[in-house]
Amino acid sequence: MKSLSEIETTVKRASKAAGYSWGVSEETGKSIRLLELFSLPGIKHLNEYFNEKKKSKFENLNLISESNSSSKNPYCPITLGVSFLDQINTLEHLKKIQFKNVAYPIIFISFISRSSEIIGKKIYVKMDEKKILLNLNVNISSNFIEQEFPKLVNTIELNLLENEDNFTDDEWNNLYKLSEETFVEESDSLKKGAAGAGLTDND
Amino acid sequence: MKVELRDPNKIMKLSRLGSFHQSKLSFLRSFLNEFKEWEYKRDLFNLNENGFGEAVYSFKKNKRVYSLICFANEIKDEERSDRVIATKWDAAFTLHDGVPTKKDIERLKNEVPKQEVGRLSYKELTLSRANKSVRIYNHVVESLSKGKQPDLNLLSKVGYLYRTTAVYGSGKFGLADRFRIKNREEINGPFRLEMMLVYLVRQFTFDQVNHVAYHKNPKIAVKLDDNICKNLGIGNSTGLGMAPFIVNHPTLLNNWILSREKALKKIREIKNVKGEDRDLFTDCIKKSLKNITSWNTDSEYQQKKISSLLKDVEKFLNFIDKDFNFKSEYPFNKIYQWLEDNTCEECIEYIVSIMMEPYNDIINPLVKEMSSEEEKYFNIPTYRKVEELRNIIEAKYPNILDINFEEKENNKNFWFISKNKEEPRLADRFEEHGSELEQPLAIARDIKKLYDKLLVSKNSLTIAEFLTSNSELRHVVRRAFIVEKFPYSEIQDNTIGKDLMPIDMLRLKLSFFGALKFDPRSDKWLRICMFQGAPLPNELKSYDEQWVYKTNI
Repeated sequence: MKSLSEIETTVKRASKAAGYSWGVSEETGKSIRLLELFSLPGIKHLNEYFNEKKKSKFENLNLISESNSSSKNPYCPITLGVSFLDQINTLEHLKKIQFKNVAYPIIFISFISRSSEIIGKKIYVKMDEKKILLNLNVNISSNFIEQEFPKLVNTIELNLLENEDNFTDDEWNNLYKLSEETFVEESDSLKKGAAGAGLTDND
Repeated sequence: MKVELRDPNKIMKLSRLGSFHQSKLSFLRSFLNEFKEWEYKRDLFNLNENGFGEAVYSFKKNKRVYSLICFANEIKDEERSDRVIATKWDAAFTLHDGVPTKKDIERLKNEVPKQEVGRLSYKELTLSRANKSVRIYNHVVESLSKGKQPDLNLLSKVGYLYRTTAVYGSGKFGLADRFRIKNREEINGPFRLEMMLVYLVRQFTFDQVNHVAYHKNPKIAVKLDDNICKNLGIGNSTGLGMAPFIVNHPTLLNNWILSREKALKKIREIKNVKGEDRDLFTDCIKKSLKNITSWNTDSEYQQKKISSLLKDVEKFLNFIDKDFNFKSEYPFNKIYQWLEDNTCEECIEYIVSIMMEPYNDIINPLVKEMSSEEEKYFNIPTYRKVEELRNIIEAKYPNILDINFEEKENNKNFWFISKNKEEPRLADRFEEHGSELEQPLAIARDIKKLYDKLLVSKNSLTIAEFLTSNSELRHVVRRAFIVEKFPYSEIQDNTIGKDLMPIDMLRLKLSFFGALKFDPRSDKWLRICMFQGAPLPNELKSYDEQWVYKTNI
């Protein structure tokens, strides 16, 4: 088994050899390491992408907007990922961001996962019919984890989710009420003595 | 009185970093301190009469066990080499997490002796190999087998029976990644498991000579005297492989240096020094003279450094004896100022290290600050502005900005990874091929390039916007934001200039390991000694903390 450290170092060097700058190669190393940590096929797809890059052209998207479309060649997932990571603070206010025609989207997903941690928000990704939830870079969950990841996707739609509870107020209140059963009702003497501070602070 | 931390622009120069010495902060000393309460055991010693076979040593506490598995092999003299191109070694070692099963030992027997071309698993933590110092090893075996102890004069010239030629950890060749074990309290300090491996290897070398000598002449043979064992360490032969590490781990480097600087600051701020602390300090310096006078090297460069160190330490002792009053206020601050005015860098840093000896209360908490969660500082704050980045560079790299990289001598070398051994190398870019594959270790040059680009960029641009058209400078943009928070994270010198002494980079790292007797074999390769004078494993529960200054041979 390869260690994550070996994966990161080799990916960094391979990315440099594939034509990216050292700084971008460092980012790619971190991202592929992350995918492999989550048992997602990072090495496999990066390998295939680098092979295809020798034969085909890919588009670099440097400035991301609400709707991004590459009509001619698919977007390079690395340049797109690094741009997304760099611009996440300005993109945060957008509710939805759309990308058309993205190559090897799983590579792009790793950068979105890291961005989710930076802004402290979950990001919901719809890739054609496939759905992925990126949870602050702590985990990646999806409805197609056992299936083959696509090499090309027509549309990726990102929803930057507001930080909200996953449960109802009723559910919370019921649980809170139960937790109150571990508290002690304070008598007058406990009120006076148990907290340590005085009852008035008008000095 | 408040003393400022020393200026990184002075301390992070290579000549200063290359003058650092071991101290109480050093990893091998903090390792001994951490593991002194652990139960040490030799679990297996299955060597033939010539000393070849397997052995297992362990440290155990509660349910945690670390086991060193040793494989001693027969090799021909012509196969023995300290260079990384070697493929066979006298012994190979791995530190296993837990108690190895027979199956583990069988698996490792096939892999560990192969070193870089073998595969380890997440159950192994560190990997190493070592070669005999044949002259010393044979002499010791011969003497013991005749019922005599070896010639101490001969031993003192080398100081060890074996020297390691590499110690690997942190995920190399399939070893466990650091993240798997980082929450274990006992290894909350850099290189602690590497130190454990080396320490246990030292014990193996003693057991092996005793075993071979006994089988040579069972009726007469004696064991190597414990006091002699104690005064032998483990050698290490180190090349450029270590140099990129300190560039590639900026926050870790910062935490090592910052701990040292905080220790010095706190000691200089002590108003009144107790008599016993004064005595311990001066006693360590006096006793340490033996370490300097027994420091053998053929390197003219190092001989000069040793000679000025010895001269200056003697001058300092004279000053302390005749002209200095320890009862005055802030005596260590006065001492430090005197050192800066009157002695060489090698001596200043030597005495700074020894100043720490009396102060466990200052040093022990700092030992816990020497690791780093590097991942936390990896992301670039791309929302910040060009103007801020330019200000950071002007404030943090003032001397770097003065270097003219258009001049050939400032741009003479390049760092690369050799295809044969995947190891870092340094070469002349105007004489050799391959500079187009340069590694990103010319930080000073690239920071200067970044600065020049920033000068012609709009102040109001965000870093994200700047990077869209300056991707080739991304690696140094990241570093500049790191140095903003971590002042000692960057070598404030040119790592590709004609005057570069790469061994300064090696020595910086080795001093934090706790190495003694730096012996440069060239400007890119040196030998050192570790654990010389250290307590033996069965003495760990109660030992003299200042052992490092009390070697007898």
